[in-house]
Amino acid sequence: MADDVIVTEALTKVYPGMDVPAVDHLDLAVRAGEVFGLLGPNGAGKTTTAGILTTRVVPTSGRALVAGIDVVAHPALVKQVSGIVSQQNTLDRQLSVWENLYFHGRLFGMGGRDSRARADELLETFSLSKWAQASVYALSGGMAQRLMVARAIFHRPAVLFLDEPTAGLDPQSRLALWDLLAELNGAGQTVVLTTHYMEEADQLCDRVAIMDHGHVLALDTPDALKRSTGADTILTVKVDRDGEKLATALAGGLGGVVSTRVAGDVVTAQVRGGERLVPRTVEVAEAAGVAVLDLAVAEPSLETVFINLTGKELRE
Amino acid sequence: MTTLRIEAHPTRSATAASRAALGGLVLRDLTVLKKTFGEFVLRTLIQPFLLCFVFLYVFPKIGQAVGGSGAGAAGFATILVPGVVGISIMFQGVQSIALAMAQEFGFTREIEDRVQAPCPIWLVAVSKVLSGSVQGVIAAAIVFPIAAVVHAAGVTATVNLHWLEIVTLVPLACVAMASLGLVLGTSFEPRNIGLMFGFVVLPITFLGGTYYPWTHLAPVTIGHFHWLQTLVLLNPLIYVNEGMRAAFTDAPHMHLYVIYPVLVGFAALFLSIGLRNFRRRVLS
Ligand SMILES: Nc1ncnc2c1ncn2[C@@H]1O[C@H](COP(=O)(O)OP(=O)(O)OP(=O)(O)O)[C@@H](O)[C@H]1O
Ligand SMILES: [Mg+2]
Repeated sequence: MADDVIVTEALTKVYPGMDVPAVDHLDLAVRAGEVFGLLGPNGAGKTTTAGILTTRVVPTSGRALVAGIDVVAHPALVKQVSGIVSQQNTLDRQLSVWENLYFHGRLFGMGGRDSRARADELLETFSLSKWAQASVYALSGGMAQRLMVARAIFHRPAVLFLDEPTAGLDPQSRLALWDLLAELNGAGQTVVLTTHYMEEADQLCDRVAIMDHGHVLALDTPDALKRSTGADTILTVKVDRDGEKLATALAGGLGGVVSTRVAGDVVTAQVRGGERLVPRTVEVAEAAGVAVLDLAVAEPSLETVFINLTGKELRE
Repeated sequence: MTTLRIEAHPTRSATAASRAALGGLVLRDLTVLKKTFGEFVLRTLIQPFLLCFVFLYVFPKIGQAVGGSGAGAAGFATILVPGVVGISIMFQGVQSIALAMAQEFGFTREIEDRVQAPCPIWLVAVSKVLSGSVQGVIAAAIVFPIAAVVHAAGVTATVNLHWLEIVTLVPLACVAMASLGLVLGTSFEPRNIGLMFGFVVLPITFLGGTYYPWTHLAPVTIGHFHWLQTLVLLNPLIYVNEGMRAAFTDAPHMHLYVIYPVLVGFAALFLSIGLRNFRRRVLS
């Protein structure tokens, strides 16, 4: 589609010496103006995918286009329209906060005056003006992350890539960054972010691709993904034994049970249309002769989707 | 929040963007050099100072026999000073590129943003060589005031400036040594920098003809084979030092028609290996 900022076709990466591909025949299309999430556990291939799109990883086969430009054939052109925030702090330690922005502008061909003005403006926008002349060593993790976002959007890229942007941030800084990204997106910025936090994908992303072992297992809006589970309530019961027995009893006696799962002493049931779910669960358990230690109900999350797709939890 | 003016498509040709990026890269390096100029001068001063102090002041004072005393000592000074220029250029290449690169490629990965500049990756390495060469030229110039001051009475080098050689050989030597720095910086893992100094930098400097002209090595033979004189021909620093002797003194030196092509060859070799290594370090 003409409006797709990123298109990949059967994109595959096999690292030298590895026999399984890190990214395996990936087909993606990211639309202009959306926040697109790559959600998956460690080793799913998220960073590799982002690496190919930002020209740092050379694909083994397949094709990837950013703003209609082939990343392998014209990496320098692709870099003109990409902004990148990596997971690690990659600020230039030899330069001040302000200089980190200013020289980024110079690298991207902005003149001295434009670059100065834009650096001032972005420091203001990102509430970092007070730190302009400070060494980047003086910044907290959250401030460094904000500065990296400011640097990445300095040259007004068509796509902003963020690799695990909130890993290692405290909850407050994480929320602040979410707000910032939402605001940027509100102003029209296309964003691609990788994450293994399902709340992050759920909160921020217009569409999410759930990845595992280099494959996309599902791709849709967070709501549609959650709806696809067929359940509206997730019931979690803690028992001291007889988990399997309870699972069978719930599936038979509770009504509306879509699926059940036993992991150690925890039984989960995905349920649709649960009226008076808690008392009825206790009744079913008592009738089956299983002692309930704890009981919780929640809405389905992307974690639920992931478990249904892979049979394992996102964060093990 | 300010509204965004987003460039959905590249607005400049790859060539124009690369030229601007190269300018930005060199400007960044020179800004860092300016900010740390005091530090730069100190680390650049110390080696020539020590060499001049030990060989041109202490040795003549205590009558120890490197070049002897009196006229012999002055003759030695004439040989040594251009050698100190050469070794300074070489160390600048190692320090400003190999050591800096070890840091930038190391834990902090702070080269990332520059690698994402809208230009081919090899150009980022070229910019390093360029700014490293500028530092080499400054380091070379710093040697002369030191040599003019730090010596025992009468132990002065007879400097005779051959401008044509100076304006060609000094930049050529700086580019060759900066390229050597690029090769070293991209070949050794940051944690193996000690190894690099022990096994590469030290042999090159001690067998690089800083303290003696290459032409004087002829007496070191096995049978009739001038083995040392032949072996050190593999050492790029020999050509740098001989070139500096040709440029700054009337001391005996290797023929210029050997020095020029070999230095050009070394520069090309190191640059091509260095650029290839750099690309490999950046891409996966
Ligand atoms: N440079 C590399 N060389 C060899 N194998 C690699 C390299 N980088 C990644 N891999 C492998 O490729 C697979 C995918 O890794 P990738 O970093 O893309 O995953 P990820 O989804 O980003 O995981 P994480 O959440 O841990 O960041 C992993 O099995 C990893 O071991
Ligand atoms: Mg990753």
